[in-house]
Amino acid sequence: MRTTLDATPARRSLLSDPKARAWLFQIVAVVAVVAFGWYLFHNTQTNLAHRGITSGFGFLNNAAGFGISQHLIDYSESDSYGRVFWIGLLNTLLVSVIGIVLATILGFILGIARLSSNWLIRQLATVYIEIFRNIPPLLTIFFFYFAVLAPLPGPRNSISLWDAFFLNNRGLQMPAPSAGEGLWPFLVALAIAVAGVLLLYRWARARRHATGERFPVLWSSVALLILLPGLAVLVAGQPFSWQVPELQRFNIRGGWVIIPELVSIVMALSIYTAAFIGETVRAGIQSVSHGQTEAASSLGLRSGQTLRLVVVPQALRVIIPPLTSQYLNLAKNSSLAAAIGYPDMVSLFAGTVLNQTGQAIETMAITMSVYLAISISISLLMNWYNKRIALIER
Amino acid sequence: MKMKSTLAVLSTAAVLGISELAQAGATLDAVKSKGFVQCGISDGLPGFSYADAEGQYKGIDVDVCRAVAAAVFGDASKVKYSPLTAKERFTALQSGEVDMLSRNTTWTSSRDAAMGLNFTGVTYYDGQGFLVNKELGVKSAKELDGATVCIQAGTTTELNLSDYFRANNLKYTPITYDTSDESAKSLESGRCDVLTSDQSQLYAQRIKLADPDAYVVLPEVISKEPLGPAVRQGDEEWFDIVRWSLFAMLNAEELGVDSSNVEETAKSTKNPDVARLLGAEGEYGKDLKLPKDWAVQIVKQVGNYGEIFERNIGSGSELKIERGLNALWTNGGLQYAPPVR
Amino acid sequence: MTSHTFKPDLPPPSTSVGALGWARANLFSSWYNTLLTLLGLYLVWLIVPPLVDWALLKADWSGSTRADCTREGACWVFIQTRFAQFMYGFYPAELRWRVDLAAILAIVGAAPLFLKAMPHKVRYGIGYLIAYPLLAYWLLHGGFLGLDTVPTTQWGGLMLTIVIAAVGIAGALPLGIVLALGRRSDMPAIRVICVTFIEFWRGVPLITVLFMSSVMLPLFLPEQMNLDKLLRAMLMVVFFEAAYVAEVVRGGLQAIPKGQYEAAAAMGLGYWRSMVLVILPQALKLVIPGLVNTFIALFKDTSLVIIIGLFDFLNSIKRATTDPAWLGMSTEGYVFAALVYWIFCFGMSRYSMHLERKLDTGHKR
Repeated sequence: MRTTLDATPARRSLLSDPKARAWLFQIVAVVAVVAFGWYLFHNTQTNLAHRGITSGFGFLNNAAGFGISQHLIDYSESDSYGRVFWIGLLNTLLVSVIGIVLATILGFILGIARLSSNWLIRQLATVYIEIFRNIPPLLTIFFFYFAVLAPLPGPRNSISLWDAFFLNNRGLQMPAPSAGEGLWPFLVALAIAVAGVLLLYRWARARRHATGERFPVLWSSVALLILLPGLAVLVAGQPFSWQVPELQRFNIRGGWVIIPELVSIVMALSIYTAAFIGETVRAGIQSVSHGQTEAASSLGLRSGQTLRLVVVPQALRVIIPPLTSQYLNLAKNSSLAAAIGYPDMVSLFAGTVLNQTGQAIETMAITMSVYLAISISISLLMNWYNKRIALIER
Repeated sequence: MKMKSTLAVLSTAAVLGISELAQAGATLDAVKSKGFVQCGISDGLPGFSYADAEGQYKGIDVDVCRAVAAAVFGDASKVKYSPLTAKERFTALQSGEVDMLSRNTTWTSSRDAAMGLNFTGVTYYDGQGFLVNKELGVKSAKELDGATVCIQAGTTTELNLSDYFRANNLKYTPITYDTSDESAKSLESGRCDVLTSDQSQLYAQRIKLADPDAYVVLPEVISKEPLGPAVRQGDEEWFDIVRWSLFAMLNAEELGVDSSNVEETAKSTKNPDVARLLGAEGEYGKDLKLPKDWAVQIVKQVGNYGEIFERNIGSGSELKIERGLNALWTNGGLQYAPPVR
Repeated sequence: MTSHTFKPDLPPPSTSVGALGWARANLFSSWYNTLLTLLGLYLVWLIVPPLVDWALLKADWSGSTRADCTREGACWVFIQTRFAQFMYGFYPAELRWRVDLAAILAIVGAAPLFLKAMPHKVRYGIGYLIAYPLLAYWLLHGGFLGLDTVPTTQWGGLMLTIVIAAVGIAGALPLGIVLALGRRSDMPAIRVICVTFIEFWRGVPLITVLFMSSVMLPLFLPEQMNLDKLLRAMLMVVFFEAAYVAEVVRGGLQAIPKGQYEAAAAMGLGYWRSMVLVILPQALKLVIPGLVNTFIALFKDTSLVIIIGLFDFLNSIKRATTDPAWLGMSTEGYVFAALVYWIFCFGMSRYSMHLERKLDTGHKR
């Protein structure tokens, strides 16, 4: 009797034990992945040695020696490849940030328009969304670059506004500010005004909670923000001196310029992404049950207030996760800038620098890590925001 | 179980891979076993390498690839082309994606040394120039202060441009594109005032503009651009084959051998130089690990240097480029090939 | 008693029924709606008439060279003369029947799957999915059974775009499902491997991996190991989209209530059987819209192979616009390209909506 009782567990083969099998399976998988990685690494090493290609990151300190059409930080040809990296990165971030902001604004407008009580507006929003989300972003970029911006006039026939802003096929030129005599008083006055607005807002809210009376916060804030700095300017003089662009032989030079490549990529990406955000926003708003809207209107809220105070805060919880992936897509799609000569990370660093130095593996590794880092930061940021919003839920 | 078999496959692959590495090194063997030469070329540059309406590649750079195939296989058509942008070309050659690069590439010390490339010769002596719209009334590159300049990304042109403008204390705004088509389009649309590139390319790009006569190439040549084929470092055998395929075409021109008379000459020649080149005398082909009639095949199927020059970029083409520096040394040019001996 | 009859109801006021009523309710219900309507009408008036003028009324439709385009509108002659190239790339003209045949077979072969009364649908479907790729490879590439080889370097145009997209979808779906299962696995090592794979591919732009695959790959492989350029591009598309598919499928897996997993286990089903027979059929049905959206994205992403010099649909159009004989045709070319991409993507999205409605068995929560 005893023997039969003990025998069952002892005779079980190791393979039929689910736990052991799981371990075995995992070990095999890890070994396979490691072996595969080592195999690639080994091949690369052998190939590099074989072909006499130098490797390492020393090249980042060498002088670049080429010009760049748009740099947000100072740059001259004698600067290093390392600095070129930062310029590329900043240019990529610039496109991503402006694109995200514009796409969000346009997307929310579209999403709300899709649910408008106005039939025409609803149809227009639908047509927009169905057109743009079904066309490859690369094509949209080409279209804006070659078909929309190309017909702009040359520098000599610029479309000008007050002789300070010029629009032509070299971009949009505008006056650039530099520090004037009244800069510090102006900034101090501005800071005081902002602090004042914040205090006013808190005071007004406290008063409303206590007495139920409203205080015209918006108008008084605007007045404060205009009056205080304005006063500072009157007393201390102009805060900025403006460097106005001027027509020279070839170009309008001086001041700031927004190059057409930037305009086309930002326009194309935000128009494309806005179509997706619009759908996300619509789905989010529709997910808020109708009872909420009715409850709000029975409390006497106006339709604008209903949207702002009741519907949107609840809809955001549904909207945020898909919105994050749209932001990620936009950041990644910004690499398409390479196709129209905008000096972003891919075209500048993984393109020109790679070619001038021949350090393919190093530059590609750096580039990919940067995009991975951008993606991960956007997800972390949005996850954090998502959590913060979720906490409000009762 | 599935995972285990995957592992087995992987480890076998690893073993195979390592054994393959041990015997590697001979591009010629690889080319022969593949049955074709994989040649990296540029794309859309009339006269140098471009696809015609049927998708057939033509041009002087393409002919260099064909000459190598003619030498190795006795058949100039055994080439596969990889159109590469300037940005891709070196990586593609380094990685082994292509066997040789014949893509108007400038021979420089850093490319020769640090990038693991070897240049085998010079197919075209060139220099960097500027193409501008006549309307601007520019007569010299020195007047270009403040201009917007279109260039191709990842070229020596980019570096020369910045050197030249800095040396002359001029300002400029560069607009960099991946392909020459895009730069030409931008010049046409007025996005930039000047297009800069090797002069030969400027002529090639000019004929692709809607109104070529509205544009003029400025007289200044601001750099030395010896353009030639390149191979990977570390394979002397293959290096020699590519180098001597070009030399054979130059020697043939110098010796008066062309595609129409080469077979006849090979049989009847009394000139010892010609006899050595065409394999009628000695075993010079064997030294290069090539068939005896390698040079005959090159000249017969592709032509001598003069022929390919005239056909693609010279008087027989739309480009009508003068021989100039690219005349043979006997005619006051720079093209000079070591003798076959 | 006085009898008393009701008067018939008065008709509603004419302003609240019919076209007028509809317009009042939907267009002019308040002052700002009226304003919006007027604004919208102005926008339509701004865009539509010039567009119709350019694209249809004032366009040139027939001819053979640029000189035939004399009117101020679009020059569709350009599209007409280059049409074959846009469709087939440099595929030899006398062999183009093979492409046509492959396309017809794809449609005819798939048609029974859409018939309601078709018996053995699943078996037929699986057979088709195995047989068709082989047949298509034979027809398009050839090289055995009496057909000449057409190397992939000659493939191009819309045909190439569709081939890449089809291979991408066929490869990304199974790989994505496996990755999604791996990500939800109980085994930490498997989970880590899958998460790393998914997050890596979702984090990097497709053009950088395409660039790596097209010019750097031989550096990572033993020498002499050569893969076709197109094949490599397709592999990258498959990996890239599989990561997205995996995330969509994971969403579906998470939505299946725990009871289903437990019920499957209670029935004595092992892991794979419970997944294949119980969980996946439900999960996949839930995520069909998401999957189709991923496939639409994939179809659009195929246009990126332009970066590595493959002559897909968009690239063949872009190349044609640089032809000196047809300069200044960018707008026509891009509009035509947009129209074709749009038809495919819009068609897919409509089909997904239809499928969603058809498969809705009331489990929606």
